[in-house]
Amino acid sequence: MKVYETVIGLEVHVELATRTKIFCGCSTKFGGAPNTRCCPVCTGMPGTLPVLNKKVVEYAIAAGLALGCRITQKCKFDRKNYFYPDLPKAYQVSQLYLPICRDGGIEIDTPAGRKTIGIHEIHMEEDAGKLVHDPWDDVTLVDYNRCGVPLIEIVSEPDMRSAQEVVAYLEKLKLILQYLGVSDCKMQEGSLRADINLSVREMGAKEFGVRTEMKNMNSFKAIARAVEGERKRQIELLEEGRRVVQETRRWDDNKDMSFAMRSKEDAQDYRYFPEPDLVPVEISDEWLEEIRARQPELRDEKMLRYEREYGIPAYDAAIITASKQMADLFEAAAALCGRPKEVSNWLMVETMRLMKEAQTEPEDLSVSPEKLASLILLVEKGTINRTVAKKVYEKIFFEDVDPEEYVKQNGLGMVQDDSLLRSTAESVLAQNPQSVADYKGGKAKAMGYLVGQTMRAMKGKANPAKVNEMIQELLSR
Amino acid sequence: MEVTKWGAKELSDRIKARELSASEAVEAQLAQIERKETRYHCYTRVLAEEARERAKEVQRRMDAGELADSPLAGVPVAIKDNICTKGIPTTCSSRMLKNFVPPYDAAVIERLQAAGAVLIGKLNMDEFAMGSTTETSWFGPTKNPWDVTRVPGGSSGGAAAAVAAQEAFLALGSDTGGSIRQPSSFCGVTGIKPTYGTVSRYGLIAYASSLDQIGPIARSAEDCAAALDVISGTDLRDSTCIPKESYGYSKALTGEIKGMRIGIPSGYFGDGLDPEVERGIRKAADVLASLGAVVEEFELKAVDYAIPAYYVIASAEASSNLSRYDGVKYGYRTPKYEDLQEVYLKTRSEGFGGEVKRRMMIGAFVLSSGYYDAYYNKALKVKALIKQGFDEAFQKYDCILGPTAPTTAVKLGESLSDPLKMYLGDIYTVSVNLAGLPGISVPCGLDSRGLPIGMQLIGRAFGEKEILRAAHAYEQTGEYLFAPCTE
Repeated sequence: MKVYETVIGLEVHVELATRTKIFCGCSTKFGGAPNTRCCPVCTGMPGTLPVLNKKVVEYAIAAGLALGCRITQKCKFDRKNYFYPDLPKAYQVSQLYLPICRDGGIEIDTPAGRKTIGIHEIHMEEDAGKLVHDPWDDVTLVDYNRCGVPLIEIVSEPDMRSAQEVVAYLEKLKLILQYLGVSDCKMQEGSLRADINLSVREMGAKEFGVRTEMKNMNSFKAIARAVEGERKRQIELLEEGRRVVQETRRWDDNKDMSFAMRSKEDAQDYRYFPEPDLVPVEISDEWLEEIRARQPELRDEKMLRYEREYGIPAYDAAIITASKQMADLFEAAAALCGRPKEVSNWLMVETMRLMKEAQTEPEDLSVSPEKLASLILLVEKGTINRTVAKKVYEKIFFEDVDPEEYVKQNGLGMVQDDSLLRSTAESVLAQNPQSVADYKGGKAKAMGYLVGQTMRAMKGKANPAKVNEMIQELLSR
Repeated sequence: MEVTKWGAKELSDRIKARELSASEAVEAQLAQIERKETRYHCYTRVLAEEARERAKEVQRRMDAGELADSPLAGVPVAIKDNICTKGIPTTCSSRMLKNFVPPYDAAVIERLQAAGAVLIGKLNMDEFAMGSTTETSWFGPTKNPWDVTRVPGGSSGGAAAAVAAQEAFLALGSDTGGSIRQPSSFCGVTGIKPTYGTVSRYGLIAYASSLDQIGPIARSAEDCAAALDVISGTDLRDSTCIPKESYGYSKALTGEIKGMRIGIPSGYFGDGLDPEVERGIRKAADVLASLGAVVEEFELKAVDYAIPAYYVIASAEASSNLSRYDGVKYGYRTPKYEDLQEVYLKTRSEGFGGEVKRRMMIGAFVLSSGYYDAYYNKALKVKALIKQGFDEAFQKYDCILGPTAPTTAVKLGESLSDPLKMYLGDIYTVSVNLAGLPGISVPCGLDSRGLPIGMQLIGRAFGEKEILRAAHAYEQTGEYLFAPCTE
């Protein structure tokens, strides 16, 4: 068998986190009863006209700047014409001739080192509605709520060579967009979805092979499997002496294989032409500078700053900044309690554990920084010990309880009464003469047992350091 | 009292002076419609009850001291049926939208209502404003009040005929390639297409978005100016509607045009121009000169390809604008279908008339892959050249004068068999739309058959005031000629 190289380019559709739609004032919120978030404009009623949402342009520019693109300071919209019931105007307002951003790139880490994936262009466009098939009545219904939700399409160069690179690129892209706040990138809600263009060629060949496209992929795992599956399929075809047909395919993640949808011959002619209902978008130098000046700190800078400013290890900084929600939580809680290391520990250990247990996506992390900070201070002041704190944190994580109140209401505060501790420790020692003898005979381990028994007798509400001290003192007498 | 012969502004003034009430004005108008409508068929729908209700309300507002500054307070106004009216069917004279009831008012409707005008009905038109005769209407043609065997022009034929037949004091039409000016010329009334971007298109059902513009048709430049004062102005819902420093069109009608420089493109007097029309235009030029205007002929550049460029651009945009009529959401849907493809094909085959289909096919063709540059892009270049030619002319002249149409009203049925001939009739009007300029058609006498001749005055961008002033000054030199068969 020959050695093949896989060539992959992605078109990533990202829903922008604007409050209202791209050409009207309707809400962009996900969900809602069908056809409740639409108006004559986004449903394309006769006589209506689009008015561009300025925020969409700002978000697209912000994304372009973060992805190292040139900004097209006079850009235009075009119409992409095709019939489909989810597209009420029978055209999608998009950008073909003068997209807002061009020629960028981002660096990804690969096993072979750093690599730049080029960004060909970014354009702005409107989303379509959704068809819902009702199998009961055997009818198809249309929900126009998503119609006119702003999207940017980020088109990469065909620079990726493996599923790992694809996933690394997507992860990096997702993180940058989340840090910018231009999209929540919730893949399960379709806020970020990718079309995969893939071809294979013999290693060293100059020409690209014939490519296929797999549309609307919205999970990293499925994308990785689809790349693998399609790569194998194309190589098998070539090995059998057959050819790859240029076509659109649908990846079925359950069956772990792709199916042909339509070939190039059936490809629609979209009859693009300039959108006459919108005027060209003029982006002045001043506006561009304003947006540039407002760009938030992105992950790479943030990681370095965490190490420098908070003295936390690079490894921890990398994990915390891997999601914007967690980084925001970290900074807010650290500022409130003044204990960045403690905050970092709570995030790295307990938060990660609970997120895994509850299968929470990082973007859905909702722990309040105030409550985490207050919990840390409760431990710091010696009001509760760590064991209790972990239990309280679970309550914060799942039920958003107020730690101070919760500790008070459930009597979880540590017993501060030294004489009670002394008498309890004395009785534990009296009840366990064997352990006392073992300790005195040189078995240091016996001490731990006695401490544990004392904690238990105190119902966990003693300060472990103090218990240790007390047992030591009594044993050394 | 011959109420229906009055001008719109005059009527409003008389209502304000309590000579008659808004309700009486509506009744007079409805009575005239009752008498004449079966003969001319100007309307797709008369809003008798709605108008009566509205007139009472307007009268109450006027009694309360409101609307003193509105030139259209109490005036019944008729609206071309491609302008959306909330709760009232807006059909574009098409089977496709026969039952379409818009859930909102067009911007111009809101402005008219705020000014105390009373909607009296919706006007017949060529289907989706495609045509120059009003014969492509699904509801049947409108007849010319000067001669019922002839067309009123189009596409705003219902509007021009209604104003000529005294079935309306004032009408709003739309003009994409001459649809206000040419029927105004054929029916002996005054109609202005404002500069692109003067009047909000929000609620105007699009034919060709980059060329469409709403404008008034009336029996005088004065009434057109009054209507423009009401309907023009910025609208946040239309990005192509451009803010201007001052509107105030009525104030521009000073009657004084001494020193105004008026150019006549000599190329306008060429093949295909009816000699009687030419004579009418030259006579009007003499009248303008006698009023003190400096009138001379000159060469206007690059007008040769205006018609093909217009039909390429307008059809391209139309093919896209009219794609939304697919039987899924509103309007006509074919009664029998097996699958989605068939819903589309049958709905559109049955819902649209021949002229609309022809233009959508031309449009889809010129935009299709491989032909875009040869047709659409080239047409855009012609458009730019036409604009450049006008820009140069307006370095020298305040207005450009010429015929509105090469002939007077043609016979019913003549144009449908020969669309190319019909397209050539747009020779003097389409370039004005391509350049985005204002143009007004003013009646300037009759031909030997007693049919009205129209002259067109073209202004520089946002130069409505100059052409209105010239039109008004010209109109002051004679009496308005009413169509004989309306007597």
